[in-house]
Amino acid sequence: MNNISLILKREYFTRVKKKSFIIMTIVGPILMAALFIAPVWLAMMDNNEIKTVTIYDRTGKYKDAFQDTETLKFRFTDEQNAEKRKEEFKNSGDAAMLSILDTLSNDFVLYSEKAPDLDIKDKLSSKLNHFLEAQNYKKLGIDKAEIDAAKVSVNIETKTLTEEGEKVSSAELGIAIGFISAFIIYMFIFMYGVQVMKGVIEEKVNRVVEILISSVKPYQLMAGKIIGIAMVALTQFILWAVLTGIIVGFVYFAFGESIMPQGQDLSQIQNMSSAQIENMVGNSQFSEVILGLINFNWFAMIGTFLMFFAGGYLLYASLFAAIGAAVDNETDNQQFMLPVTVPLILAIVAAQGIIKNPDGVLAFWFSIIPFTSPIIMPLRVAVGRYEIWELALSVGLLIATFLATVWLAAKIYKVGILMYGKKVSYKELWKWLKYK
Amino acid sequence: MEILKTLNIVKQFENHKALSEVSINVEEGSVFGLLGPNGAGKTTLIRIINQITAPDKGEVFLFNEKLKPEHIKNIGYLPEERGLYKKMKVGEQALYFAQLKGMNKYDAKKKLKQWFEKFDILSWYDKKVEELSKGMQQKVQFIITVIHEPKLLIFDEPFSGFDPINVDILKKEILTLKEKGASVIFSTHNMASVEEVCDRIALINKSKKILDGKVSDIKNNYKSNMFEVVFEGNFNKFSASLTADYEILESTQKENKSVLKVSILNNMKPNDLLAKMLKFGKIISFNEVIPSMHDIFIEAVNGNN
Repeated sequence: MNNISLILKREYFTRVKKKSFIIMTIVGPILMAALFIAPVWLAMMDNNEIKTVTIYDRTGKYKDAFQDTETLKFRFTDEQNAEKRKEEFKNSGDAAMLSILDTLSNDFVLYSEKAPDLDIKDKLSSKLNHFLEAQNYKKLGIDKAEIDAAKVSVNIETKTLTEEGEKVSSAELGIAIGFISAFIIYMFIFMYGVQVMKGVIEEKVNRVVEILISSVKPYQLMAGKIIGIAMVALTQFILWAVLTGIIVGFVYFAFGESIMPQGQDLSQIQNMSSAQIENMVGNSQFSEVILGLINFNWFAMIGTFLMFFAGGYLLYASLFAAIGAAVDNETDNQQFMLPVTVPLILAIVAAQGIIKNPDGVLAFWFSIIPFTSPIIMPLRVAVGRYEIWELALSVGLLIATFLATVWLAAKIYKVGILMYGKKVSYKELWKWLKYK
Repeated sequence: MEILKTLNIVKQFENHKALSEVSINVEEGSVFGLLGPNGAGKTTLIRIINQITAPDKGEVFLFNEKLKPEHIKNIGYLPEERGLYKKMKVGEQALYFAQLKGMNKYDAKKKLKQWFEKFDILSWYDKKVEELSKGMQQKVQFIITVIHEPKLLIFDEPFSGFDPINVDILKKEILTLKEKGASVIFSTHNMASVEEVCDRIALINKSKKILDGKVSDIKNNYKSNMFEVVFEGNFNKFSASLTADYEILESTQKENKSVLKVSILNNMKPNDLLAKMLKFGKIISFNEVIPSMHDIFIEAVNGNN
């Protein structure tokens, strides 16, 4: 036991002290925070730019349709000659030019020097639509205010019936959390599983392994390595979560409340009813997300996430350790890498289909089979579409399988680490399993 | 007293037998040479003693106890395939291995400083291993092998990769450790060093032990009653006088002086040869030819094949 902790410490500290780890730990949260902040920031940037559009209206009927707004200004031209008009537009530096030649045929053409600006096009057509609609109402003798008053917009609130009563839940939120957790598990299994393999190969290539196993048992070496690297993964994960939180929080406070709808913090929101929140933000969709966040079954989700994170990592890390022991250098490992990585990749690809139908056949099998369940089961738990017995079966199978793979990998590992200069086949591996 | 005893060790691999019924005894406080051509099974035997692999049959006793996991701390092993973590600092790494052998950090540090001073490498303590030359790395490995002061030391080809000066330093250290009471198993192809440091040897060929015993006894057994003589006088008359009881194997003559190797057969004594020679001239030197371990090795292995 003491030996495992010594090995674990070495594996942990040599990795955590590496430059690449420190850089990844700092760059990762910056990228993630950018992912949260960039869309809002970009939207704000966009709003500040003022664009001018040249309008040529031969019919003379549309003048009222184009009222200047904060970001879009209009300049009218009377130039009759088409060529001269285009010349004038080019010299004006305006963003685009709309020419209206005929009312009846809806002959609207938008000219621009570069690729057409979709934002301007949308705004112009919306203005024209409103303007022409209003004219039609007038023609038909309908009061526009009445029409507006008659319009409705239905928003269906989603609630889940639980034993404690009904709760507001958000399907979109579940999908987002499910995807994020599936992707995090996938990424960490891959990144750190490969690290285990590289670590084993390094010890073989350096020929340090025989010195090691004259002091410790091979299974201690393997266990110390796998657990040590798992702790590196956990450290990185926690640092990422904390640093991302700090950066997002900092940006939020530094750049004011404009990013968040209101300056309220979550604790205040928690005590409000759905209607109050709706009043506060004036947006029922947003209140649904907030309430969904509060009502989300975090206990089940975090529990499942940790369980499958750990189980999936142990399962794959032991397989990667066995691969590392079986090969002599990193270029030889392709034939063994493929069968191990295929289920992982398959699971993350299938996740997109499974999210649409989380109780389908595909979802069922992928969340039961231990090689894909670490990615798919948390996804199903996040969207709340699973049966307890399915979860229990999945966890049970995962535990049984990882115990089996650890045992199997330890056998391969024990023989493999002392084999040099030998190209290993599957047949050979089978023989190793039978060695004493 | 024996420190280590193996009893009829058998190890079978998929396609070949690595060891069949090998028994060796290592006396306490002696250097035991484990010899044999490549692939004879030496490394397998050493790995069994280190509990890296288990024998199919047979038993190993250390201090008259059946081998058990705790015994690992009493053995220091320098394997033939050896290396260090390249990116780790020398001192840090040596400390790690010492702790794996059960030393506490404080003792390990103290001992390490002593050894590093002895080998005059204290300035490397904080250098990364990859910055060291191969010979320097070997010194560090040697320290790692002996730092926990094991009762039994096992060196598998310890001199490969060392320059002659460092080979001498190492030999001296091994003999010092022996004087301090450690027992040493020494596996090598370097026969000259076997004669210098080994008290007893075992020769393994094709998975079987074909020879063992004290180095001096083995040498005596391999004597073939052959003598090297330097003689001043009439060589032709002398050789003509020889009966079938003597055979001249080699002879070179320079003016009056002859150097020859003579085999004495049929229970005749060296004195008889001397008596014959004296009649034809003056004897300058007369030595019995004692075979070197090198010759014995080749003869034994070839005879066995």
